[in-house]
Amino acid sequence: MHEMGVAMQIIEIATASIPDEMKGSRVERVNLKVGKLAAIVPDSLRFCFQIASQDTPLAGAELVIEELPVLASCNDCRFQWTINEPVFVCQKCNSGSIQLLSGRELNIESIELAEKDEGNVDKDL
Amino acid sequence: MSSPGSGKTTTLEKTLARIMPDVTSAVIVGDICTTHDADRLAQTGAPVVQVNTDEFGGDCHLAAHVIEKAVTNIDLEAIDLLIVENIGNLVCPAEFDIGEDARVVVLSVTEGEDKPVKYPLMFRECDAALLNKIDLLPYLDYDKKAAVAYIHQIHPDMPVFEISAKTEDGFDPWINWLKSKVDQKIN
Repeated sequence: MHEMGVAMQIIEIATASIPDEMKGSRVERVNLKVGKLAAIVPDSLRFCFQIASQDTPLAGAELVIEELPVLASCNDCRFQWTINEPVFVCQKCNSGSIQLLSGRELNIESIELAEKDEGNVDKDL
Repeated sequence: MSSPGSGKTTTLEKTLARIMPDVTSAVIVGDICTTHDADRLAQTGAPVVQVNTDEFGGDCHLAAHVIEKAVTNIDLEAIDLLIVENIGNLVCPAEFDIGEDARVVVLSVTEGEDKPVKYPLMFRECDAALLNKIDLLPYLDYDKKAAVAYIHQIHPDMPVFEISAKTEDGFDPWINWLKSKVDQKIN
């Protein structure tokens, strides 16, 4: 629903993170991590990114989305499991005291810039 | 936060009437269009800042930068509690951190028992739930136990306050919870 706004912010953040000496380089790839419990639809985000990146330094860049599972850990029995349905209770001891180890991410991990005749350069964020 | 029409504004009107002036409060209210809610809330005497997301692209939620701009219209030193009434939507407002100390979701008994499992992130992210419009229970085939069980399946131990914003039934425990949160923050 809000993927266009998120796409525009990704473009803004990625554009600002291009080092001065590499301004003007083409951005080949933006690597993103998105948790399954983030309210983000990857297909919509890719679609919006493609449109919103036109006429920016990210035009034509590929948005690579790694989806992270909702991983939970029980504070009582230390059991770890992947949550695949809306039940946030320990599968082993039934405790409600759990923490989420992953699943809420919406992180730009890196952008990859094309360098003239020198292949790709990773820029960690 | 809540879906549209679950009673956020009425709950806030009645809540503000009970906590003011002991707890000096201000409200930021988000709507895609209209100032109806802000007009209603202003009657309570609390300073109200209306945010229409049209200006920010017709967004489905309030984002942190919108709140940052809205708070410049509020004397933060003069208040104990800042309430943000988010856009009526059970999906997007749950996703975006706006710098709040506590989050509360309103679910009304006309919405169906299984909403918590259909919108798990909202119920996972909130610190308390208000089960509103309980004055309508005699007229509905609503399984209140099932609704509370669904909430606790998503968020075990989350306080659930059964209220009627219309009749103010059940308000005392909710008001006490809210006041204790303010006390915790101030002290």
